Amino acid sequence: MFKKSVAELAAALAAKEISSVELTQLFLDRIGQHDALNAFITVDGERALDQARAADALRGDGKAGPLTGIPLAHKDIFCTDGIRTSCGSHMLENFVAPYDATVVKKIDAAGMVTLGKTNMDEFAMGSSNETSYFGPVLNPWDPKLVSGGSSGGSAAAVAARLAPVATGTDTGGSIRQPAALCGITGLKPSYGRVSRYGMIAFASSLDQGGPMTQTAEDAALLLNAMAGFDERDSTSVNEAVPDFTAQLDQDLKGVRIGLPKEYFAEGLDAEVGAAIDKAIEEYKRLGAEMVDVSLPNSGLAVPCYYVLAPAEASSNLSRYDGVRYGHRAGEYGDLLEMYERSRSEGFGSEVKRRIMIGTYALSAGYYDAYYLKAQQLRRLIAEDFTRAFETCDVILGPTTPATAFAIGDKSSDPVAMYLSDIYTISVNLAGLPGMSVPAGFDSAGRPVGLQLIGQYFGEAQLLNVAHAYQQASDWHRRMPQGYE
Amino acid sequence: MSIDVTEVRRIAHLARLRLDEQELAGYADTLSRILGLIEQMNEVDTTGVNPMAHPLDMELRLRADAVTETDQRDKFQEIAPATEAGLYLVPRVIE
Repeated sequence: MFKKSVAELAAALAAKEISSVELTQLFLDRIGQHDALNAFITVDGERALDQARAADALRGDGKAGPLTGIPLAHKDIFCTDGIRTSCGSHMLENFVAPYDATVVKKIDAAGMVTLGKTNMDEFAMGSSNETSYFGPVLNPWDPKLVSGGSSGGSAAAVAARLAPVATGTDTGGSIRQPAALCGITGLKPSYGRVSRYGMIAFASSLDQGGPMTQTAEDAALLLNAMAGFDERDSTSVNEAVPDFTAQLDQDLKGVRIGLPKEYFAEGLDAEVGAAIDKAIEEYKRLGAEMVDVSLPNSGLAVPCYYVLAPAEASSNLSRYDGVRYGHRAGEYGDLLEMYERSRSEGFGSEVKRRIMIGTYALSAGYYDAYYLKAQQLRRLIAEDFTRAFETCDVILGPTTPATAFAIGDKSSDPVAMYLSDIYTISVNLAGLPGMSVPAGFDSAGRPVGLQLIGQYFGEAQLLNVAHAYQQASDWHRRMPQGYE
Repeated sequence: MSIDVTEVRRIAHLARLRLDEQELAGYADTLSRILGLIEQMNEVDTTGVNPMAHPLDMELRLRADAVTETDQRDKFQEIAPATEAGLYLVPRVIE
């Protein structure tokens, strides 16, 4: 039962094969059993069972919808009224938000059951889930390896089927990269598609929340619930939300898939490349037409991002001053010392590094050389995609240059860590929707992810292209040993 | 370009972070490495390129200047480190 996708669970609930309470208890038990993965920071069994009982009652009254009574986990970056939201940080270790994020409200309204809050890199800054104050998340495929980040807990939870689905957030790849490393499906919607209200801010012009699932179909079901204009998010775009499941089964004849030459060049691990090549062959069999495209400014996406994201983070994280919420130092003299001690004690080293780089880039005398320059590069990167989409409908490539690495391998050199985001980052800079779907394994049994990039607000087509691949392959059904 | 310890102290002060002497050298080194990565941006000539802040070049939406929030001060202050009479307590600022 725990191996079923959301769509399958909905059918099982409708057929009364299981109740939401039984289903919820099943997942709560699995979470407890696999505690060593460290995928969860907070589990609230009582609250989950209350929600499950309400869902069963709703179903009894004939009022159940497609997601009613299905358990899910939230990345610990979404504010949940009454349940701790730590953002993976000591700064918010005891923070209980007095309100729900819009995403949380919408998912509750769809009748889903919240199992708990998943582990993540601190303040979403990281690509391995090693910067979490609560310890790293282990990769269910091999506990010596990282789960990826920053939504590592959500990725590991879904991969190990501790939850059938989870929410994540993606600023430079934080949904897609852990999805790739853990062998699951992840979707970062177009910027402005999903409300950021109540989603703790890292980089406001790049952050987007999205679903992490077993299948593209499940991602479509979740996106239906998560997406939509929100008055309370000043960057929310007033774009109609289609039924993202409607186009799923359309065949791919005539669909043009762009292959950027820069994504298949040096730096890409040979085995990852081989898996992606096999997927390309599969897409050709499905009737899609491959088109060579070029994204010439790709190489500068990483430097550009590592100015913009830290700069925005330095501004967003200035609210953590120990005054109204979050960690306040135990000892301090004057106000300045209170600020400095609270912040230095509350934040981990990667967060401090990024705040420092961001502060530097925005400081007097450096703004033009760094921040402004990065915004100009951002324009060029976005224009590369616009040009590429003149000759193709969807872009395809590897999600990451290599498969999961060992815990501790990259944590001493931040720049090495930053380079693992090389294929995902441009997508956030351009604001486009992007997905990672499982596309096989390397010779060591580590999952490989395939990235699909869509046009702005083109999630329906993106999901269709992903779904077609999943009808012709079964990588997304595989499970790590020890969790079956 | 590299960042020296004096510069690290300046940045830390701007960011309201307290670093001890041993940490300063480490930060100078790491930040210099990150700067090395960032400076690759100079490989591209961006003269005349319009900076991009938002994928749709959207302007900030305005709303009516009307009160929509309700008073939830007690609820919000449940999680505050120190309060008194509805105010947040901090060290004395004005002599």
